[in-house]
Amino acid sequence: MTMILKWIGKTAIFALAVVALQAKASLEIVITEGVDSARPIAIVPFTFVGQNQPTQNISQIVAADLMRSGKFNPVNVMRMPQQPQNSSQFNAAAWAKTGIEAVVMGTVKEVGLDRYTINYELVDVVKANGGVGQPMMNAAGRMVAGSNHILHSSEITIAGKLFRQYAHRVSDVIYEKLTGERGAFSTKIAYVLVRDKQEYRYQLVVADYDGENEQVLLRSKEPLMSPTWSPDGTKLAYVTFERKQSQIYIQDVYTARRSILTSFKGINSAPVWSPDGRKMAMTLSKDGNTEIYVMDIASKSLNKLTNHRAIDTEPNWAPDSQTVLFTSERGGNPQLYTVDINTKATTRVTFDGEQNLAGKFTPNGQAIVMVNRTNGQYNIARMDRTTRQMQVLTRTYLDESPSIAPNGSMIIYSTLHGSSQVLALVSMDGRFKARLPAVNGRVKSPAWSPFL
Amino acid sequence: MNLNKVLKGLLVAVPVLTLAACSSNNDTDAGASNEVVNQPVQAVDQGMSDAEQLRQQLEALRQQNTIYFDFDKSTIRSEFASVLDAHAAFLRARTTISVTVEGHTDARGTPEYNIALGERRAQSVQSYLANLGVAAGQLSVVSYGEEKPVDAGNTEDAFAKNRRAVLVY
Repeated sequence: MTMILKWIGKTAIFALAVVALQAKASLEIVITEGVDSARPIAIVPFTFVGQNQPTQNISQIVAADLMRSGKFNPVNVMRMPQQPQNSSQFNAAAWAKTGIEAVVMGTVKEVGLDRYTINYELVDVVKANGGVGQPMMNAAGRMVAGSNHILHSSEITIAGKLFRQYAHRVSDVIYEKLTGERGAFSTKIAYVLVRDKQEYRYQLVVADYDGENEQVLLRSKEPLMSPTWSPDGTKLAYVTFERKQSQIYIQDVYTARRSILTSFKGINSAPVWSPDGRKMAMTLSKDGNTEIYVMDIASKSLNKLTNHRAIDTEPNWAPDSQTVLFTSERGGNPQLYTVDINTKATTRVTFDGEQNLAGKFTPNGQAIVMVNRTNGQYNIARMDRTTRQMQVLTRTYLDESPSIAPNGSMIIYSTLHGSSQVLALVSMDGRFKARLPAVNGRVKSPAWSPFL
Repeated sequence: MNLNKVLKGLLVAVPVLTLAACSSNNDTDAGASNEVVNQPVQAVDQGMSDAEQLRQQLEALRQQNTIYFDFDKSTIRSEFASVLDAHAAFLRARTTISVTVEGHTDARGTPEYNIALGERRAQSVQSYLANLGVAAGQLSVVSYGEEKPVDAGNTEDAFAKNRRAVLVY
């Protein structure tokens, strides 16, 4: 019932926060690498004014989000020279000595029955030190106090149960203001949870990106595989074996209503929506060999993209929708290829390593993330499409199923830790690493949602 | 224990679809041709002694129903020829009996690639039996890839046990 959030620095292991949760959380987050090189930021605990304090703590959630992004290192309260509630209390000179780049401060005021007004401000320490109290000329030619050090300020009135959701929005804003890149804290992940001792041992689960608010969408006695999001974030496609053969289903995440998409003889596998949501690329073996197909979802008409006696699977759309990346062992070992959906011309993409599988274009299309096998080790790697430079990002064991955050900052994947399958995170530059072990069960096949 | 299960069920906040294996409560059937045939009672009208003989034959075949493969390979090693010969002889004699060949892989590689590799293994067994004269209609394949290991360990030994095709009557 509690999530323990830890991070491990070079010298110390200490708990940042213990958050009581309304829902059960089976995923825990353990950051293993990369906090030291992240930018220091202060999330001052928000001041509460009122009688009934909501259980969700906004400043703690924001701090956890920013730390988990790999780009920021929220400092301990002990390192804060003061705890201002707003920018008028902000002592720029004191903060300038700390090396902390930015400070978030705010208040939560109870204004009615389960109604709270939240104010917060994001202050740039460097600009503040040059500017707070320094008068500057406004448009009317009058001298006023400068405020360009306040990067953002916001006020909202909401119910207590929306605090977690709102906190993720705050994190999105802060992240974007400080990095120029859109935040992905208001996203979800889908994954398969396997509990070997239960009769319905395979579960399809959707949770917030941080593992909170889990919802079980489906339970089955037979394996569930390859969940994948529709581009609008309302549906999942996945593979089931409930009829003792693979079939592809589409299920609405909010109503849980589902419908069958394919049930061809042989393999029905690896579904992935086209960027416009109208087509589904998939692997079928209805003609004897596994081939890549594109199905028009409305008409169910099929376009066969590959025709080779080798294994072809794991399609992935390029952002321009004209090219599909896939895994093929036509060269003797599994490697990545692209196929043009109009001309059906194929091009080999990867040459480094013994095998490369499960290729995924990054959202901007400039790199490909994959599972690379070198010296028998399966790790997550990234290849720049222009320079063709390959970088192995992880050192975990038996990595598979990489899925990229919609802002391209982070990869979630499945790996083996100890004797159990767990989810793990690695930043696109490989510096930040974290594990999301399940409290109970094996976790696999993560799929990061689009922006919601 | 049961109470615990009930409580866990109550914690689920959204509608959950619970599926039984082989459930027939949904209206989808296209291509669902791989009905598992494992009822020896099918041959019951051939008389008690024959039914008993069939039961014993199936019992014996189930003792030796697994073919193992090398890493990332789907070729059948010669040591399994006699096992497959026995299954072929049985299926030729009992043309009303069908068998499903399940293909499996170890945990290495990706789940989607392994589904394809598992099918390759099952197809190797299928064509081996077909070459020995078993009718195509008696043979079907299904691949579970790395989803159903017999040994959940991650040693070379466990991997070797999991790279398999299983003949299921």
